[in-house]
Amino acid sequence: MLLSLSSKGTFPMTVETVRLRGRSAAPGLAAGRISNLANGVAKTSSFGSPEAERAALEQAMANAASELRALAGSQPREAAQILEFQLTLLEDEDLCAPAFAEIGVGARAGQAWARALDTQIADYKASNDEYFRARASDFIDIRDRVSRALSRESNAAPVLPDGAILVADDLAPSHFLEIDWTRGAGIALKAGSATSHVATLARARGVPMVVSLGDIPAAEGEWVLLDGERGEVEIGPSEARLADWRARVAGLAKRRADETSLAKAPAITRSGQRILTLVNIQGLGDLSPEAAHGDGVGLVRTEFLFEPGRAPPGEAAQYQAYRAILDWAGGKPVIIRALDAGGDKPIAGVTFDGEANPFLGVRGLRLLLRRPEVFGTQLRALARAGATGNLKVMLPMVTTPAELAEARAHLDAAMAELEAERLPARSPPLGVMVEVPAAALTIDRFDADFYSIGSNDLVQYVTACDRGAGELATLADPLNPAVLELIRRTVEHGKKTGAPVSLCGDMAADPRCAPALIDCGLQAFSVAPSALGRLKAAIARCG
Amino acid sequence: MTAFSDPGSASPRNVVAASVRLRHEAGLHARPSVKLTKLAKRFSSRISLAASADGPWIDAKSIVKLMATKTPYDSILHFRAEGADAQAAVDALVALVEGDFPDDG
Repeated sequence: MLLSLSSKGTFPMTVETVRLRGRSAAPGLAAGRISNLANGVAKTSSFGSPEAERAALEQAMANAASELRALAGSQPREAAQILEFQLTLLEDEDLCAPAFAEIGVGARAGQAWARALDTQIADYKASNDEYFRARASDFIDIRDRVSRALSRESNAAPVLPDGAILVADDLAPSHFLEIDWTRGAGIALKAGSATSHVATLARARGVPMVVSLGDIPAAEGEWVLLDGERGEVEIGPSEARLADWRARVAGLAKRRADETSLAKAPAITRSGQRILTLVNIQGLGDLSPEAAHGDGVGLVRTEFLFEPGRAPPGEAAQYQAYRAILDWAGGKPVIIRALDAGGDKPIAGVTFDGEANPFLGVRGLRLLLRRPEVFGTQLRALARAGATGNLKVMLPMVTTPAELAEARAHLDAAMAELEAERLPARSPPLGVMVEVPAAALTIDRFDADFYSIGSNDLVQYVTACDRGAGELATLADPLNPAVLELIRRTVEHGKKTGAPVSLCGDMAADPRCAPALIDCGLQAFSVAPSALGRLKAAIARCG
Repeated sequence: MTAFSDPGSASPRNVVAASVRLRHEAGLHARPSVKLTKLAKRFSSRISLAASADGPWIDAKSIVKLMATKTPYDSILHFRAEGADAQAAVDALVALVEGDFPDDG
């Protein structure tokens, strides 16, 4: 997405500021000059007979392998493991077998090699699993390293000018490791992925990185601001913007220092109020040591179990996953949300197709009540897992108390079945996710065991602003008094009835919102594990 | 835990089989695949792996083939080894998967 802003500044580099929006792959801020990394394709050399072509390819692979080995030797463990993965691939005969077969029938080594690797690359790119998709860049890395060796091009590392912002279509992990990042300031990729190996490396090395920027209309040496926090790149910033930027850089450095010291401690306001900080989990990969610094789990998004193109998970698979989360939490509370499909999260074979306005359609609990087999299976798995830990179950998109009662009847039925089957189970506390304005306005009519405010949808429905409409971003203000009033009512109802109230959603992780939320009486926030430090720091600044 | 040997498949040809549930959160991914193939290569037996009981069976010593299965979390991995050290190979591989690919392995 490209936004042009006219600039009144007198910054000499350019008269117009261009702001590009991408995705953040590694946090941090960097200002510097563009340095384009030419993603040149190696020329094809000819070696003669099939035997000579084959020998040349073998030699090139051996050279590439020894380069990787040398590179791995000087790297910290995580980086070395990524290189070891590439090395293992390179040493696998199955990788080059198709290339050797083609050479045997007359192909040139370079073409045969590239075709063999391109087949692999296409296969990984077509995977519907994001992690496997991201592996394509490892195969590209290997392909290009061997191709360069074949065409006798130098594999020497590009030298970055001091403070450079490296611009490329994508960046190979081994290339990243060859660059001296004490000089380079940041990475802006036209394509790329936040789950690629190079993103992992950039985060570990502390190099800000933004991916998926699309075309970057800037010349070599041009000034840019790279915002790894928001996932943006600004070309040709004005002097006014630069002053503002320097203030942000200083603020970020101070905040990072605060967060590091606060991340492991309980969250306490200046006046000594203890606030619970919970984590949002969207897959078992989120059960990290970092996440363990929270007071429990405020939201498990069970949608991760429902993979596109696959049958819904059975009771056993769900039970295993819920057990794994409860075991990990070790007695801390865990709020698992019943399947929240529909809206912006369609699941083939489960959600309704062709809705004119899916956000106002059959989603969340509305869907579950119409898919009793899906709901029943999930409730059975949850009740069984609940026998082993501190589990609570949250119902998404509740509008009326009657829906809560209906859901409870489903849970009771599941419990009766399990009892008849003599399977150990415990009926978990049932909570309401407060995100529909009607529910928030009539919250005193609900008798849920707990409440969790889903601020993203609540803000969207209260302000009548589509979450995805960037044009309305300022109007979709979570601090709109109407939103805060509904949060206050929910918190008060919880206090009156003894039901805990937490808030999950972007608002919990937004440091600007913390004072207003604590002012509403909220005592539990749930955020992504990586936002815990930032949240605790924001709470510590509250009165 | 979920591993079991299948004594019925032991034969004079010394074939050993076992299955184990993959608990690694990202599936049979880069690092687990490196560890698995490295371990498999330590044995002389022919070792095959499948993500489904009825195949397809692939060479457990080939990371290219292993990664290409794109096996997700919670799949059952089936191992089959044939050769002098088949039992030791299957035991070691099952232990690796059960232990969730420990870093010192």
